[in-house]
Amino acid sequence: MSKKKRGEKLGKLKGFSIQFLPYSEIKDQDSNERIKKILGIILGNNILILQGRLRAEEEARLIGDTMAMIGHLKNFKGIELAVISGDEKLNFFKKIGKGIAKALLGGDLGAVTIIGPATIVKDIKKNPKKIELLLSR
Amino acid sequence: MGIKIFKNFFKRIFSSMFKAKGEIKLGFYGPPNAGKTSLANRICKDFTGEEIGSVSKVPHETRTVQFKEKVEIEYKGKKMVFKMIDTPGIATRIDYEDFLKYKVKKKAAKERAKEATQGVIESIKWLDDMDMVVVVLDATENPYNQVNITIIGNLVAKKIPVLIVANKIDLRKADLKKIESAFPEYDTIGISAKYGKNLEEFYESIFKLSKKV
Repeated sequence: MSKKKRGEKLGKLKGFSIQFLPYSEIKDQDSNERIKKILGIILGNNILILQGRLRAEEEARLIGDTMAMIGHLKNFKGIELAVISGDEKLNFFKKIGKGIAKALLGGDLGAVTIIGPATIVKDIKKNPKKIELLLSR
Repeated sequence: MGIKIFKNFFKRIFSSMFKAKGEIKLGFYGPPNAGKTSLANRICKDFTGEEIGSVSKVPHETRTVQFKEKVEIEYKGKKMVFKMIDTPGIATRIDYEDFLKYKVKKKAAKERAKEATQGVIESIKWLDDMDMVVVVLDATENPYNQVNITIIGNLVAKKIPVLIVANKIDLRKADLKKIESAFPEYDTIGISAKYGKNLEEFYESIFKLSKKV
């Protein structure tokens, strides 16, 4: 899909879809491939529900890469991103502190990551017990 | 390969010599409008008489990384020299229309948005260069914002010591306990950068944290 076509689609709530991506789809990919795959989904006017979570540096890179697209891709205003951890008692930072490799290397299959284009997802309200996805229109 | 190891060895030696002199690179990170520059200004003004940058109610006032070198902080007879690094707020979305609400003209709003996106990219790039970081959060906002978690996650992964500051505790809506419960593994200090409230506790924590550098 060309950049122009992607841009024209963005911002139209009509026709958006929710895509689920199992962790097995990105498990063996490097960071470049993962980011590329995720961008391909969200720039196609989709909300992505990813099983597991990205590495911390991948989350930062995703933010940086999408920031670089604002102003270059019509109607693109960035993304909304949220991660819900399945195990509240042992959160992400504790897992890193305890040296659990999967938290540092990404994965954490008890978690779910939601990523959507900001034109569709107005806000993701999150607290430890629930998550609310507010759509733009 | 051999040259690279040799270079890294000397880099480590020089960097430890630099740290031994006492200059610590102290970064201020957080979401937009949390009060990073207000806090950095307060510290710089107290110890150098000069501010680091301008503040505004309009988000993304800081759009480039700002520095103040050789800031000597004195607390209870102890002295430490810091290089203060104030960074643009990290956001996942930037829309120029949000600035129009603050009566910023359309052309200026578009320019501000463009610069703000560059600022976020710059902030992320600078994460690697910090010796220790103060994550400044707005105590009136929901701490479970993913940006906060991503910033702290990156610092933890890079083994950079972190102090969480809950700013704006002078406001009625402020909820320090909520911030503390969101990040129970970290020291969280409630302050008001605007009114200089609780800065003694903040300086004490900074000195304590510097031992981990």
